[in-house]
Parts: sequence; structure tokens; C-alpha cells
Amino acid sequence: MRTAARGAATLELTPEPTLAARQRMALRDLREAWALRRLCATLAWLDIKLRYRGSMLGPFWLTLSTAVMVAAMGGIYAALFHMNLRQYLPFLALSLVLWGYLSSLVNDGSAGFTAAEGMIRSVRMPFSLYGARIVLRNLIVLAHNLVVIVAVFAIYAIWPGTAGLLAVPGFALWLVDSLALAMMLGALCARFRDIPPIVGNVLQMMFFVTPVIWRPEMVGAGREWLLPFNPFYSTLEIVRAPLLGEVPDLATYASALFYALLLVALTWMLFVRVRGRIAFWV
Amino acid sequence: MAAEIDVRGVSLDFPLYHGNARSLKRTVFSTVSGRMGNDQKHRVVVQALRDVTFHLSSGDRLGLIGTNGAGKTTLLRTLAGIYEPLVGKVRVRGTLNALLDPQLGMNPELTGRENIALRGLYNGLDRPALRRLEEDVAEFAELDAFLDLPVRIYSSGMVVRLGFALATAIRPQVLLMDEWFLAGDAAFMEKARGRLEDMVRGADILVLSSHLTNVVLDWCSRVIWMDQGRIREDGSTREVLDRYAAHAASAGTLAAA
Repeated sequence: MRTAARGAATLELTPEPTLAARQRMALRDLREAWALRRLCATLAWLDIKLRYRGSMLGPFWLTLSTAVMVAAMGGIYAALFHMNLRQYLPFLALSLVLWGYLSSLVNDGSAGFTAAEGMIRSVRMPFSLYGARIVLRNLIVLAHNLVVIVAVFAIYAIWPGTAGLLAVPGFALWLVDSLALAMMLGALCARFRDIPPIVGNVLQMMFFVTPVIWRPEMVGAGREWLLPFNPFYSTLEIVRAPLLGEVPDLATYASALFYALLLVALTWMLFVRVRGRIAFWV
Repeated sequence: MAAEIDVRGVSLDFPLYHGNARSLKRTVFSTVSGRMGNDQKHRVVVQALRDVTFHLSSGDRLGLIGTNGAGKTTLLRTLAGIYEPLVGKVRVRGTLNALLDPQLGMNPELTGRENIALRGLYNGLDRPALRRLEEDVAEFAELDAFLDLPVRIYSSGMVVRLGFALATAIRPQVLLMDEWFLAGDAAFMEKARGRLEDMVRGADILVLSSHLTNVVLDWCSRVIWMDQGRIREDGSTREVLDRYAAHAASAGTLAAA
């Protein structure tokens, strides 16, 4: 076997404890994770394969359970909200699938570094790789669940039209948010073990507070201006609304962008500060 | 490019955050007596390394000796870039391979083949190289049909064989090795020796942590004796090993008396 080429350069493992040096190290972490993207993709894919090894339907169990949930909740809430299914079901399918992605990303992210303890302690690996792995893993799940959305849209003959294209930049922002969220939660939860249950509770609450199963209009006339203050609403809306053929308003975009910037900035500050300590925390 | 390791004034504290601090305190106290304290923020910390300084250049073969809890493994992990100390500098030049524990970060739920692929990807191998790695490891580890079964169901011997084959398949310039590596059964060691020696000879720098003085004698040209996180002695293999043996003997008689 010939020598592997990895890490041929000098590794300055512990630079001066200045902010600039720490930022360089954090940047290097991201660069190294990018260089290892094939490993990252394989890890994410194996995570999925492993979860469903030996099951007949494999990852499509996810699709099936989402479909059952959409059908059940669709029937009940359409009746409760006095809406017809054609209006309500596409909205609900989209909402549930997208929210499912978000909530499983948050839950996975909380356990991100602690779950990878064995690996962190035995090989040097960029920490952002663990974050990216969680994002990728959840994207694969999301891709399986898309089938439900497509099916519902097909049944009710719904086509978002050109507005649908707006979902693309929306989703690009989601990717950035996702990575930042996974990294931030991973680091915080490795250090403070009380955080995961808190995160779980907050998420549960947000599910009901945010227009996920109820339509944003239902908040009542004159109160719509309150919605963009909820980061979950605006972030959800910039992907969901275009896919339903609606164009989100400016306030929604502004809010989504603002919260994304805030999240990324906070994560970066945290990551620069604690990157070197994570190995001691897990 | 010549390999090089430069360690200057490295101190490393382990913060203990989790679990029942008091009982953990007692547990740790018994193994690393006298090396516990509270830091400024009143967290319990273990002083794992204290002011460690040494330099290795191409051709050096360093042995680390010392009792359990002396800081050998922590030092290896620091060299591997897994732990980053807050005090001091560590610089490593050259490709690096660290054989720290038999699992080597393998996922026991994955099959042998999948674990091999992950290791290959970690080392940045392309597809043909990956296939060669797989063949090479499969042949040496003699796993046959087990290669496609989860590592979880392997016997401990098979795990060691797989870990060993994987670890020795990739040749680094700087090789960091913990002693578990030399702990296989006799028949396996016979077979492993050639392969291991090949890799050790191929590496520019070897750092080996071991209890077995004969292994250190065979392979190392220089020995550092670690004691309670500090370098107690640093010198040629013979000298340091002799003094270490004398120390162990006197400690033994003290304990007996």
C-alpha cells in the first residue's frame, strides 16, 4: 500500500491563544471538512442504512409513517378548521415534512458530538464534519419524505408555478441554518447535558405556536405582523409558501435573513471559542 | 519533506464536568493521587500533562514509559491533534497515523468492509486505492465471510486483527502507537510482527507507548519516562530503562516492606 496523502503539511496543532489564531483554526476546520466531503457523505448514508438494516422497506418506512400521519391529521384538522381537503392537505403535507426535517435536525444536532464520542477520541477529525454529517443525514430523510408531498400534490393536481422557484434560495438559506444549528447545539449540548431536554421542550412548544398545522391567516386579521418575529415561522414560510404557489412578503424574508445571520454569527463565535475544548467535553 | 515533532511547554488539564463529581473525584483520586486540584472557576481538573517539552526529528524512535495514569496516552492523543492543550505548543510535520485503541474509531454496527471504506476515505484514498486497501486488509485479517457482517459480532481476536490490518495498511511518516497493539495472541503476533516492523521501519518518526521493556528495547532509540504528567527522565533507551527498572524494584520492596 502506498502512503496516504492526507495531512502532508505541517500541522500547527496549538497556536497562540489569540482570537485571530483561533479563527484561523476554525476556518481550517471547515476547510478540512470540505476536503473530507466524501467521507462525510458516506457516514451520513451509512447512518441511514444502519437505522434500517434488515428492514424490508428500508428508509421508506419514513415515507410511510409520514404519509400515515399526513392522512390522519389531515382528516381531523380539516374538519376542525372547516377547510376542504384540497385546500388543507397540500399545506399540511408540506408543513409536516418540513417541520419533521427541522425537528429531527435539532434532535440529532443536540446529540451530535456526544454521539460521535468514540470517533472524536480516536482520530483527529474536523468538528464541522460531524455537523455536516447530521445535516446530510437529515437531507436524505427529507428526500424520502418528498414522495409524500409529490403524491399529495399529484392527487389534488396542484402545481406551484413559477413562484415555486423561490423555494430554491429559501432552501439554500435552510442549508446554512442547518449546519450552524447542528454545530451550535452539538457544542452546547456536549458541555451542558441539561440542554437537550430543554431544546426538546422548546421545539414541542414551537410546533403549536408556529403555523405548522394551522394556516398563517388563522392568526386573525391585524395580528399577522406578529408572525415574522417568530424565527420558525419565517424560516418555514420562505420554503413552504413558494411551493404552494404563494410569494412570501418582504417582512418574512427580512426576518428569515436576520435570524439566519444571527444564528450563523453566534455559532461562529461559539465555535471559534470552544472548538479546541469539544474533545474534552464529549 | 522531513518529518518533525516539536512539543514545547505543553500542559494539559482535564476538566471533569459530568457525573457525580464527588464519587468521580474519589475514583480519579485513587489513580492519580496528588494531581487533582480546582481551577480558577472551581471546576475539578486532572492535571494530565505538566510542562512537557521535547523535539523529534526524522529517524527518531521514541518510547514512552511510565505507570498507568502517568500521561502517556494523553501525550499520544495530544500529538495526534485530538486534545488541544491551552498552554504550550505542539507542531507535527508529516503525514500522521495514530493507533490509539483497538477499535480505532470503528463503528461496531457497521460491517468490516464498511469500516475499511470509512478509514480509506478518511485518508483521502481514491476508488482504486480504496479497493486495494480492502483486499489488503481482508487478506491479512482473514475475515472471509465475516467481512460483510457487523463488527459487533466479531470475536475480540477478529476485532484486533481487523484493527491491526487497517492501521498497518496505511503508511504514515509519523507513527503514534499505544501498547494495546502488541497485545495479540502469540500466533497472531508472529504473523503481525513482520508487517508491523515493516511499517515501523517505513515511518520517519515513531512514538511508542509501552509497558513492555523488551519491545521498547527492540524498537526505540530514545526513551521518555513519564511520571504524574511530567517528563521524569529523557535519554537513551538503555539508561532510562535501567533507572526505571531500578525505581520499580525499589518501589516494589517498599510496598512489600
